[in-house]
Amino acid sequence: MIVSLSWLEDYVSIQMDVSSLADALTMVGLEVEAVWDRYTYLNTVVVGKIDNVSPHPKADKLTICKVNTGDRQLDIICGAPNARKGMLAPLAFPGTVLPNGKILENSVIRGIKSEGMLCSENELALGNQTGGLMELHGNFQPGTALAKALSLSDHVMEIGLTPNRPDCLSILGIAREIAAIQKTTLKYPECSLKDKSSDVFHMTSVTINDPEHCPRYCARLLENIVVGHSPFWMQDRLLSVGLRPINAIVDITNFVMMETGQPLHAFDYDRLAQNRIVVRTAKDKEVFTTLDGKKRELNSETLMICDGEKPVAIGGVMGGENSEIQVDTTRVLIESACFDPVSIRKTSKYLGLSTDASHRFERGVDPDGTVKALNRAASLMSDISGGHIVSGLIDEHPIPSGTKSIELDTAYANRVLGLSLNASHIQTLLESVGFLVQSAEYRQLVVTPPSFRVDVSRPQDLMEEIARIYGYDKIPTTFPLIPAQRRIPSGQWDFRGQIKDLMQSLGFNEVINYSFMDEKACDLLELDANDKRRKVLPILNPLNEDMAVMRTCLISGLLKAMYLNLSQQMKTLKIFEVGNTFISQGNDCLPVENEYLAVLWTGSRNDHSLHMKDIDCDFYDIKGAAEALLRSLEIQDVIFTKMPENSCQYTKAGHSARILSEGKDIGLLGEVDPKVISAFDLKQKAFIFELDLSIMPSLTSKTKQFKPVPRFPAIYRDITIIIDKHIESGEVVEMVRNANESLIESVLLYDLYEGDPIPKGHKSITLRVIYRSAEKTLEDTDVTPVTERIAKELLNRLNASLPG
Amino acid sequence: MENSIEEIEAEALQELAAAAGKDEIQELSVTYLGRKGKLTRFLRNISNLPPDKRPDAGKSANILKKRLEEAFKTAFEKMDLAEAHRVEAIDVSLPGRPFPLGTLHPITQIIREICAIFQKLGFDIAEGPEVESDYYNFEALNIPKNHPARDMQDTFYVSENIVLRTHTSPLQVRMMEKQKPPVRIVAPGKVYRCDSDITHTPMFHQVEGLLVDQDISFGDLKGVLTAFVQQIFDEQTSLRFRPSFFPFTEPSAEVDILCVMCRGKGCRVCSQTGWLEVLGSGMVHPAVFENVGYDISRYTGFAFGMGVERITMLKYGIDDIRKFFENDHRFLKQF
Repeated sequence: MIVSLSWLEDYVSIQMDVSSLADALTMVGLEVEAVWDRYTYLNTVVVGKIDNVSPHPKADKLTICKVNTGDRQLDIICGAPNARKGMLAPLAFPGTVLPNGKILENSVIRGIKSEGMLCSENELALGNQTGGLMELHGNFQPGTALAKALSLSDHVMEIGLTPNRPDCLSILGIAREIAAIQKTTLKYPECSLKDKSSDVFHMTSVTINDPEHCPRYCARLLENIVVGHSPFWMQDRLLSVGLRPINAIVDITNFVMMETGQPLHAFDYDRLAQNRIVVRTAKDKEVFTTLDGKKRELNSETLMICDGEKPVAIGGVMGGENSEIQVDTTRVLIESACFDPVSIRKTSKYLGLSTDASHRFERGVDPDGTVKALNRAASLMSDISGGHIVSGLIDEHPIPSGTKSIELDTAYANRVLGLSLNASHIQTLLESVGFLVQSAEYRQLVVTPPSFRVDVSRPQDLMEEIARIYGYDKIPTTFPLIPAQRRIPSGQWDFRGQIKDLMQSLGFNEVINYSFMDEKACDLLELDANDKRRKVLPILNPLNEDMAVMRTCLISGLLKAMYLNLSQQMKTLKIFEVGNTFISQGNDCLPVENEYLAVLWTGSRNDHSLHMKDIDCDFYDIKGAAEALLRSLEIQDVIFTKMPENSCQYTKAGHSARILSEGKDIGLLGEVDPKVISAFDLKQKAFIFELDLSIMPSLTSKTKQFKPVPRFPAIYRDITIIIDKHIESGEVVEMVRNANESLIESVLLYDLYEGDPIPKGHKSITLRVIYRSAEKTLEDTDVTPVTERIAKELLNRLNASLPG
Repeated sequence: MENSIEEIEAEALQELAAAAGKDEIQELSVTYLGRKGKLTRFLRNISNLPPDKRPDAGKSANILKKRLEEAFKTAFEKMDLAEAHRVEAIDVSLPGRPFPLGTLHPITQIIREICAIFQKLGFDIAEGPEVESDYYNFEALNIPKNHPARDMQDTFYVSENIVLRTHTSPLQVRMMEKQKPPVRIVAPGKVYRCDSDITHTPMFHQVEGLLVDQDISFGDLKGVLTAFVQQIFDEQTSLRFRPSFFPFTEPSAEVDILCVMCRGKGCRVCSQTGWLEVLGSGMVHPAVFENVGYDISRYTGFAFGMGVERITMLKYGIDDIRKFFENDHRFLKQF
């Protein structure tokens, strides 16, 4: 909402400077977002004195004026018939932005240079006159700034109104708030119409077929109108708030809407079939051409203003081409109505058409304001356009607007606000913004909101009025009492925090990607047709294709981040993300949201330093990170098993593993498949792991049990065997661990070797078996038979052989 | 007699202290203890002393001789050791062997800071789904369909009744449905709005707060938020509460802080106003209490919400919100 101070001062005398006013309005809830001087475009316009006028050698209608600007004399080419020697007129320098948007430049007109422009009133939006230069009468020094010479100053404020305050979508509404702030009075515009007869009822009628959508419709009729331009003062008011003047009739409806907040519409009475108005909803798919020349398809919920035969306006949104005011219009029917906010909003959304009228109606206009605005418009039209107001007012009001009174317990209000105002103080505060207050019982008030405050219906709404007029800043600051008590556990919040901290200490950098993805990411990741991550949740109104669905997997985001950073000359990247994935359960249900950790490592094992050579990271680096994380989180019984064939296409076959805890699948780990790497336009290997954080908290160790520190030393024996190279080492270690030998404390994989002299297709594997007894120091004789039994079993079960 | 024994001692020790190398110590040793050395000369001259002074002089000269021999030897060894240390010294200015440390995203860090402040004030953490029903995101918060308040947020729709949550406020309703008062929660999380420019990203983070109990007042709201703001920024940060509108609070208040960049003088960051909008807040609207079945005559409460990116940008002087989600390491490693 844009308001100008000069217009406001028609209704309230402003007793503050503009910046104090802006602050004060902000502090009562009307946030002033910007303040500017309307006349800044005149900064480069001065008073010029025409010293001499001579004809242009190459153009009959142009003259060359020597213009004195105080310190210089300039040549200005001028086409105005009234230019004469000794005249004072506004001179605009190059660079001036004229009100019509044109930027003035140094120009050469028919071979002669013009160093500026002498202006008419109209060109500077300082009046209507167009035919010649604006003559300045007065004893002005040439070169004086024009705004200073004419004392032109007006500030304009842009106010960001919240949707609950439609009453302030008018100059009067803002003036009312200023009056309340200043504790001064508001001057309403004068307007009194006395209807001597009811002639209007012989000439027209209003029928409301759909009172739910149109609870009130008022109309007046004017005859003998001459449609011309509105007077300059009105054009100036409209321009000051950013509205373009059109013709007097339209300007008056706009002026009254800006003044009162009540949208009006003017119909050409003679173009209304049967000269009457019918309010009804449209037929489905009915087509109607609005004022802006666009054809619009309506639906059965659209409220239409019709004449005796056809629609003539979309109620509360926009008038129709077929009944608009034209130059030859002589009889005008003015509409001032009240429409249902929900109906107008639906129509406006359906048509994708928002207007000053629909903006006000969907927020709610004053149901008691229709007649006042109508009379104001009618009397202005009669004054300005010379029309005759046909006696009589049509006021169809099928659903009376009753304002309900609210009971206010002032003690309760004080308690909620943290104030201790007495009832009469509260009464004064409410009355200052137009509320009617009666005191009832002790500390009880009965409050009737003014009809324009459609947002007020509960005691809490009144409390806000009390607080905002009293001043939020004057409410004392206090603290609630919070008892020491058992607290809700933070669960996932703490667990996630622990994971992020561990990943950070393992050298990974946290990234956050948007939760959206391109559905094509499923193809890039080669997800199977029946993979649940193909069940994407599409967004109806996405920003773009790349963000059209909710992500079902975090990996594509990490690969994109890798692409971005590698293109920034990075070679090594260690990143992770914790975030939700969304698996659709159908578009009308909430999706399944699961939280995942995804980790990516590419490039070197370590940062380059003089201590260590750059070595490319590999599968065992990322596995080490995963193991460290899972160990720190105390996830129980973690094992990594070979990824079953075809169960994950985006990791490389034979280089990926499933991660299990207590037999449950908690994630996967491996090298990104080369096909996926190239699908993401990447050129180097990347290693990843993913963990499902939604199930992991249940797999952490819950209790810790102390075990006595061993009293006797351990003893170890190594076993080296040669086995088929495809037998997994983990399997061999597990076999020994699970051997039924009570002395085994632990088993380590001690050495692995392939190559000469080990036969092709085989590998040598050395296990270190550590024995310990709780009762005594073990001797060779205790462990040798055990080691032999184990070796024998391995040889048998693995079809292995001994070295050498 | 030329010099007294005391003079020789003082002179020898002084010169020894000033000696700069092994060679000089060697020379000093000759100067004092050599065949023509000063102490040797003194010993030789004892015979010229009166007989009764000779025993004492001889005794002290011999003591001094031993002492000097010891002193020269110690000084010599020290020099050796220093020399050895010099040879074996390493370049301590070389960097250590790297222990790679990662970084946490600045948003994670600030969310933690915000939540930690409220946890200390007695609030608990609550979290909820990012894809929400229209009911939790709007209806239950007193934002009916076809209400202009829906224009305050550009919503991503999945279907007519499913949306990406536009704020963390649904947690207010979800938590109140789950428990009876008192309720004291903060709800951090991702939210989504259909908007993208230098100050808006389609996804961002909010922290919601809710406190419901008996006799909670607007003054309490001011107190808690003042305590919070002065912890997350600093104690000099003044606050301004001004009337605003949120459908789920009444009265509602926008909370501005004195511009952290210019301290109120007016700058580009605060659009010359001297104030920055950082929080929305208000007393819980009775319609919301009615929707969750709370007794509005018995309980009151306040709610608030803030954008984490905004606070992070103010704290770190970041000028473009989109940087948070580009994941450029040159940005991330700064925090």
